[in-house]
Amino acid sequence: MAVKKFATATYSDEAVLFPAVKKTRGAGYKVHDVYTPFAVHGLDEALGYKVSGLHVAGFIYGLTGTSTALGFMGWIFTTDWPQNFGGKPHFPLPAFIPITFELTVLFSAVGMVLTFCYLCQLMPGVKKHIFNPRQTDDKMVMAIEVTDENAAEVETFLKGTGAEATDIQIAEEGWWYGRYDKEEEYQLKTQEA
Amino acid sequence: MTNETFKIPAKAKTVSMVLMAIGILSLIGGLAAFAFGDSLHQATFWASILHNSVFFLLICVASIFLMAATSLAQAGWIVAFRRIPEAIGSIVWVLGGIVLVVLIILVGFNHTEIYPWLEHGHIPDNGLNGLKLFFLSKPFFLIWTALTVGLWGYFGRLISKISLDMGTDKEGSVKLFWKNYNTSAAFLFVFALTLASTIPWLWIMSIDAHWFSTMFSWYTFASSFVSGMSLIMLWMLYTKRHGNLELVSQEHVHDVGKFMFAFTIFWTYLWFSQFMLIWYANIPEETVYFKIRMHGPYAFFFWLNLVMNFVAPLLILMSAPAKRNYFIVSTVAVIIILGHWIDFYQMIMPGTVGENWSMGLLYDIGLMCGFVGLLIFLVSNKLSKSPQIVSNHPYLKETIIHIS
Repeated sequence: MAVKKFATATYSDEAVLFPAVKKTRGAGYKVHDVYTPFAVHGLDEALGYKVSGLHVAGFIYGLTGTSTALGFMGWIFTTDWPQNFGGKPHFPLPAFIPITFELTVLFSAVGMVLTFCYLCQLMPGVKKHIFNPRQTDDKMVMAIEVTDENAAEVETFLKGTGAEATDIQIAEEGWWYGRYDKEEEYQLKTQEA
Repeated sequence: MTNETFKIPAKAKTVSMVLMAIGILSLIGGLAAFAFGDSLHQATFWASILHNSVFFLLICVASIFLMAATSLAQAGWIVAFRRIPEAIGSIVWVLGGIVLVVLIILVGFNHTEIYPWLEHGHIPDNGLNGLKLFFLSKPFFLIWTALTVGLWGYFGRLISKISLDMGTDKEGSVKLFWKNYNTSAAFLFVFALTLASTIPWLWIMSIDAHWFSTMFSWYTFASSFVSGMSLIMLWMLYTKRHGNLELVSQEHVHDVGKFMFAFTIFWTYLWFSQFMLIWYANIPEETVYFKIRMHGPYAFFFWLNLVMNFVAPLLILMSAPAKRNYFIVSTVAVIIILGHWIDFYQMIMPGTVGENWSMGLLYDIGLMCGFVGLLIFLVSNKLSKSPQIVSNHPYLKETIIHIS
């Protein structure tokens, strides 16, 4: 969590955005993120994003679900409260399989949704700085982290990539818990910096 | 882009000849050792033939089913390697002919050691069994079997022929596309009434004539389909390795790999559903089926079946890069085909040869080699005569740019 300085460039066409992203990365600038109103296919490759570890996390959540189900049911029916159901053994594995399967799916699904939200920094009740209100409407916004020294230089560079508009913003890079109607604290923080 | 016929290396022919020779020698050996002995020896002889001929027929029929299902779904991805399932589907009539001859002999000559219901009075005529007596009667069995095998062979050849016609008829390709669509719909209707319901009951389940399971046909279908997909995968990678099928990319391999992975789980789901209901209800006339398999002489095959057909493919094929690795998918394809061969083995053997399975095991494996050789011979022969690319197919471009 840190307040940083960003240069933003606004585009309205992905045919302009793709070469701009390529050019910016080629020039050695670090693209903080690109905000688009819809999923732009191939943008993740253009930004050089690797495949995330989400599916590995899903596998681990699934294994957690499997062991939770088997362990919990096993403990109940063998140790805590053993009962005789129709002459079945106290650890009737086939009868446990459907529940084990359900818990495996439930754990991996819920776990992956939460992990996905964390990776995308999305969650009910959390806020992120919005570089341009129209980034959820019809504009695509590229944000680049800059220092006080090179801010003007980057802005000039971005103008050369075909951006419709550019500006320099001071913003919180991460996410925080908050409400949109109680912004004074945040405003103060960014103004100080 | 050239559109040559497949180049199948001469080694394939040599290997198939050697395997077929092993199969014929095993058959002769089995004939001498078992065919004229007592009822147990005869059961050993016929059960192995039934096991291998039915298994190899059903995994080839899976190719026709795949083509029909993807045609109805108007799927484009399969067009890149459609010649492979076409070649496998168009030889169904040969394997079907073998099965038909075997079943005519078994039923016509009253081989009660395989099908106990052939004995008069085995299923009591107590007024409750009317439909079952009709279902398990010689005339119905033979007519239905002949009709089924004939239709499978006919549709396998017809679907392949429509696709070959498309290559030479540029103007009529859209018309042929819809002809293929209608043919596929008709085949699926036949398929639903045969492999997906009655045929496994008749050919395999009636070995244990008093035991029954409505899941059985689905379970057999899943078994044949997942091994049929593995067979297509093996042929695809083999022909590609020898410089064919330039349209096939990792994306198509990934998709076939997904089918292998998904239908492994589907098979397990059906296997388990059949098992758990019987285990839970614990009714003696139902559990008798699993007693010999799970706690009797077949316990080893019972657990091996689950390891090879569920645990191994599930864990190996789970990650996406594994499904795109040619070495891994071809290894798993071999595991799956052998695993389902063992699955069919433990469906057929307990009810026929009982605890004496070890007597005919080598003979059974020999016959398997023979059928593998026959399959390699027929499929490579068919492939070497057809152009690799389905020219003029409306989805040709879609299959080239396909991303899985």
